[in-house]
Amino acid sequence: MSVRNHPMSVRNHPMSIGTLPDSAVRADAAIVTRGLTRRYGSVLAVDHLDLDVPAGSVFGFLGPNGAGKTTTLHLLTGLARPTAGNAVVAGIPMGSDSVALGARIGYLDQSPRLFGWMKGRELLELAGRLCGLDGSALRTRVGELLDVVGLADAAERPISGYSGGMRQRIGIAQAVVHRPAVLFLDEPVSALDPEGRRDVLELLEQLRPETTVFMSTHILGDVERICDRVAIVDHGRLVIEAPIAELLERYARPAWELEVDPGQGVALARVAEMLRSRSWVRSVDVDAAVGRITVRDTGRAAAELLPVIAGTGIRLVRLERVRPTLEDVFLELVGRERADADATEAA
Amino acid sequence: MQGLRILLRKELAEGWRTKRTPVVVGLFVIMGMLAPLLARFTPAIVAASAGTHLADALPTPTAADAVDQFLKTTGQLGAFVAILLAMGSVAGDRERGTAALVLTKPVSRAAYLVAKLIALGALLGVATLAAGAATAAYTAVLFAPLSLPGFAAAVALVWIGLLVPAAITFLGSVLVRSPVAAAGLGFAWVIVGGVAAALPTIGADMPAALTGEARQLALGLGIGPSASAIGAPVFVTVLILGASVTIAWRAFSRQEL
Repeated sequence: MSVRNHPMSVRNHPMSIGTLPDSAVRADAAIVTRGLTRRYGSVLAVDHLDLDVPAGSVFGFLGPNGAGKTTTLHLLTGLARPTAGNAVVAGIPMGSDSVALGARIGYLDQSPRLFGWMKGRELLELAGRLCGLDGSALRTRVGELLDVVGLADAAERPISGYSGGMRQRIGIAQAVVHRPAVLFLDEPVSALDPEGRRDVLELLEQLRPETTVFMSTHILGDVERICDRVAIVDHGRLVIEAPIAELLERYARPAWELEVDPGQGVALARVAEMLRSRSWVRSVDVDAAVGRITVRDTGRAAAELLPVIAGTGIRLVRLERVRPTLEDVFLELVGRERADADATEAA
Repeated sequence: MQGLRILLRKELAEGWRTKRTPVVVGLFVIMGMLAPLLARFTPAIVAASAGTHLADALPTPTAADAVDQFLKTTGQLGAFVAILLAMGSVAGDRERGTAALVLTKPVSRAAYLVAKLIALGALLGVATLAAGAATAAYTAVLFAPLSLPGFAAAVALVWIGLLVPAAITFLGSVLVRSPVAAAGLGFAWVIVGGVAAALPTIGADMPAALTGEARQLALGLGIGPSASAIGAPVFVTVLILGASVTIAWRAFSRQEL
């Protein structure tokens, strides 16, 4: 069974493209798309995308570079028009009323430069005014947000002097000034250093109660940390959509990590080669002094792995069964999707 | 047009805070000051650099020379400035991602464009007015006072003339992603408009013909050889402005950002 046809996916929802009757929209859905398609000449950037994003969730939209993530975000935020298909975002049908949509969503582009000449406070005030806030309500909300994003001390400084992390935080603040129902973020942490990433992720977690967050990213560790559900796309197509825990349980391969003394790279390569020849081993990846072994048969691996390695005489530092990560799932699913596509093309 | 007032305030603040407004107005004031100064002192400059025999051949400068110099400088350098101002209007915002930031708020695309057009037109208007005021003041000191209503009408025609390259560059800024390419469209218009103005059959109807009418008005000579002379270039100018803005709006309303 193709991953795309898995019951967790909504790929084959019985919808006709271009229509979105009420019965197709779950009451608790913040975003619903059906057959959403965007073609640029011969390139299919988004290919019949069907998504259901529950309200109140932090939804990770994953995919390799060029998978169609940014195009999807542009379609959902009204910055682009679909070639086919339809969507409802925060209760607003796609293409019906851009002003009404703007009142219900927040958006932050990938690495936005914002208005460098403005002070942080002025940007939030502009965003608030555009969203209909004024007077004391605006002042209170701006002050509140500056505290939340930790920029109260920098509020009177021009944005041009902000660091990347500060810009991202003020960018998110301007996107949520009107308490939008859905917040769209395009790669919100990919350009940040570890400290900046931590700050932004903490900020997104704080938004969770009142806003559905839809974030595109390829930093899988961050997704695992804050997202409830994910969709993986590749070549514009939905590979799968599911809660993270469900994905990990279903698709992550059992794995072991093997660490050897430094300077034993050659010996480790020999061990890796030997393990690859075993039928119960699926793959072995070596990075410096660490090898990662994914297996087909957990029982045999548990019984045979240590004796096999010990038999080689390699000086072990560590051998442990490791928790499968979203990265494992991602590579597994994207790899399989690509293999399916190649096979179809060849046929 | 939801958000127009707020966006217009932002555009005006941006012009001031990025120093664009004071620099452009200052530049136009200098142009306005230099026009009568150049007219008045050209014979002295020629005499100092090429000898008195050449300077003696020059006619005695008058207020008309100051007006001519004003119209020439604002028409040429002013058009260049108008193109520079308009080239990044939309293309620059798209490049920076600030267009997406604004247009994902409850704001109409029409308000976004109109705010930019009003700010651009207002800046050119204020700058042209300042240049005109400087020329009028220096001409009064160095030659004789100009007829103020006539000169004010001339300044208005100069402003309308500058709106044409600005509007065409603005259209380019909507149609293409690069501000430099948008400027290219503006400069292409300057060349095409200049060539068209030199053609005997249609030259008198082109926006460039407004300069001749502006001269007549500034010198208190009334409107051109015939009362209808100003009608055709004004009509063509308004047509070009209207077409540029309409095409820009139609393209922008369905454009991907």
